[in-house]
Amino acid sequence: MVIGVIVMLECIPRKAIDHTVGKINPAKTCQPLGAMYAALGINRCLPHSHGSQGCCAYHRMALTRHFREQVLASSSSFTEGASVFGGAANLKTSIKNIFEIYNPDIIAVHTTCLSETIGDDLSTIIKQSEVPEGKVVIHANTPSYQGSHITGFSNMCRGIVSYLAESDGTQKKNRVNIIPGFVNPGDVREIRRIVEEMGVESVIFPDTSGVLDAPLTSRYEQYPDGGSRVEDIRDSGNSKLTLSLGSFASDAAASLLQEKCGVPGIPLKLPIGLKATDALIMALKEAFGVAVPRSLEIERGQVIDTLIDTHHHYQGRTVAVFGDPDTVIALTEFLLTMGMVPKYIITGTPGSLFEKQIWEMLAEVGLTDCRVKADADLLDLQLWIRESPVDLLIGTTHGKYIARAEDIPLVRVGFPIFDRAVHPLMPIVGYRGCLRLIEQISNTLLERRDRDSTDEDFELVL
Amino acid sequence: MKRQIAIYGKGGIGKSTTTQNTVAALADNGKNVMVVGCDPKADSTRLLLHGLCQKTVLDTLRDEGDDIELDEILKPGFGGTKCVESGGPEPGVGCAGRGIITSINLLEQLGAYTDDLDYVFYDVLGDVVCGGFAMPIREGKAEEIYIVASGELMALYAANNISKGIQKYAKNGKVRLGGIICNSRNVDNEHALLKAFAEEIGSQLIYFVPRDNLVQRAEIHKKTVIDFDPESNQAQEYRNLAAAIDGNTHFVIPKPMAQERLEELMMEHGFLGAM
Repeated sequence: MVIGVIVMLECIPRKAIDHTVGKINPAKTCQPLGAMYAALGINRCLPHSHGSQGCCAYHRMALTRHFREQVLASSSSFTEGASVFGGAANLKTSIKNIFEIYNPDIIAVHTTCLSETIGDDLSTIIKQSEVPEGKVVIHANTPSYQGSHITGFSNMCRGIVSYLAESDGTQKKNRVNIIPGFVNPGDVREIRRIVEEMGVESVIFPDTSGVLDAPLTSRYEQYPDGGSRVEDIRDSGNSKLTLSLGSFASDAAASLLQEKCGVPGIPLKLPIGLKATDALIMALKEAFGVAVPRSLEIERGQVIDTLIDTHHHYQGRTVAVFGDPDTVIALTEFLLTMGMVPKYIITGTPGSLFEKQIWEMLAEVGLTDCRVKADADLLDLQLWIRESPVDLLIGTTHGKYIARAEDIPLVRVGFPIFDRAVHPLMPIVGYRGCLRLIEQISNTLLERRDRDSTDEDFELVL
Repeated sequence: MKRQIAIYGKGGIGKSTTTQNTVAALADNGKNVMVVGCDPKADSTRLLLHGLCQKTVLDTLRDEGDDIELDEILKPGFGGTKCVESGGPEPGVGCAGRGIITSINLLEQLGAYTDDLDYVFYDVLGDVVCGGFAMPIREGKAEEIYIVASGELMALYAANNISKGIQKYAKNGKVRLGGIICNSRNVDNEHALLKAFAEEIGSQLIYFVPRDNLVQRAEIHKKTVIDFDPESNQAQEYRNLAAAIDGNTHFVIPKPMAQERLEELMMEHGFLGAM
């Protein structure tokens, strides 16, 4: 199969072609996966897939391959009967069984293509279900034929706010809500560390740290300690401010929190790179009147120092970047900071905001000879690379075939990464994340230089 | 606060004609109304737009993708009404129900439900045949339903069946039956039968619209009666219906009857009454 893929990728057309129907080598996956991932960021939550069993199995598998952790989720197990009569009976039975057998504190239901096409009215079905005292069932509509896994993540975040967040009408607490977006658990830990260093109290949701990067202990726990606690999410309606990191994944939830509980929201980029991390820190500084601690200043200074020490390894080199919109937007900003040339920038998720934001950043540094596309696929990217190559490819595991067919080095960033390990624990956000990205990018380019250099150019010191 | 109203009824009973004439009367009376056609045939706004809607939501979605502007799908009609047609697949293919869900979600996303609207009317095809056609009565959408019926058995059978659907949704939500609108077919003893039917299911006959060929003449001219012949008796009938809906306070969870009871009722009023 692998040989087949590579032969296929080598046999693609020489020139760019317009393909308007369907996606070839897609740069996204479907909504329920994102919803399932967001649900795992709630403490003692069992994600539930309202559809046939295959959907649930696929998403669990994809998440397990990326995180190398067990991913538990249940399914409404639709059969022919459910497709005709609707899935209400299946969901009611599921809810009853799940609380009896698996005993989570909360079930987060997401829909699938089939239940969306049937038109199951989840709010009504959940109201009719038997939910034990003190337990909660929430839901999000996630038709896969719309948007991407990021849309599904965003819809579940919004669902979390819609069901849980409450304002008691009293004065807001001196605390920040952070919606961290579709990032690895290591990134959530880093974001929390930065907020703590700033001395600001926070509620972070969904928080997959401690769930999908949980330590191995001598006891098996079906629900690890991590994740945002339901009572904290409830209380998020009483916070003073919400920072939504990444428009595509987090803005919908933040704006609902503003509308429902009167918590003002500030949309920020994912804090990947120097500028975006600065923006997060400055937002906290201004809203809470705290000082930036010396420790963070040192970290920032180290990034600047490293950029100066290493810039000749990557300055002016061209890059093709693909992945999820929020990640790619922030990453592009950092590549520009590094002095690289992001020549091709795509995301599989639809949304004109992506192209607009990227073009604005490119215009700021006077780059015009680039190609940017939302709702794109990897065939688009590969055809562009064929027309005019780049020095480096940055993206997910799905890029490895293009990297091989076009003979370009690949730096793995984003979701999914199925063929390398440890990355979910290693943050790319914050100043430490900057160092990691610089290290990965420059090492990859230098490895390539060593590989390609003739004996007389093979240098000890680079 | 705007009122959202869904109109159901047997196919061919005159839902679209009745809805548009009522809407025209409300608009004529200064109300700000949006009409959402939820029928793949896309003929729910023909009389208000003076011709079939050129491009439905789903046509637009098919041709132009997801990045749609509101004014591409929301067309101005008679008396400042705002008209949308969901549209749907061609007969025999695809899933019309999903089409309704998609279009209503899209309207919401694009901010079509503005605060200045007094009324939103959903004109829904025939029966509540699947989850998609129940979309207009889900939580946060229409809370009032009117069923268009006539004195014919099948029309009442359908009305009774729709009541079952409403009952199911009403138990957990705010949707209520506002009344039965009779679109007369000149069946014997029709008024008494419809009144008895409406009361038996716990509701009311909110208005009896008499049959008048003027409606057909206006339709040929692609107009509502209010628009075509505002001084006519029939225009006044529709104004009365609009006023009855505007002033309605009688909202119930219907109690649909068993098939045998429905047939008994027909015997009592329809046939026996005519003898």
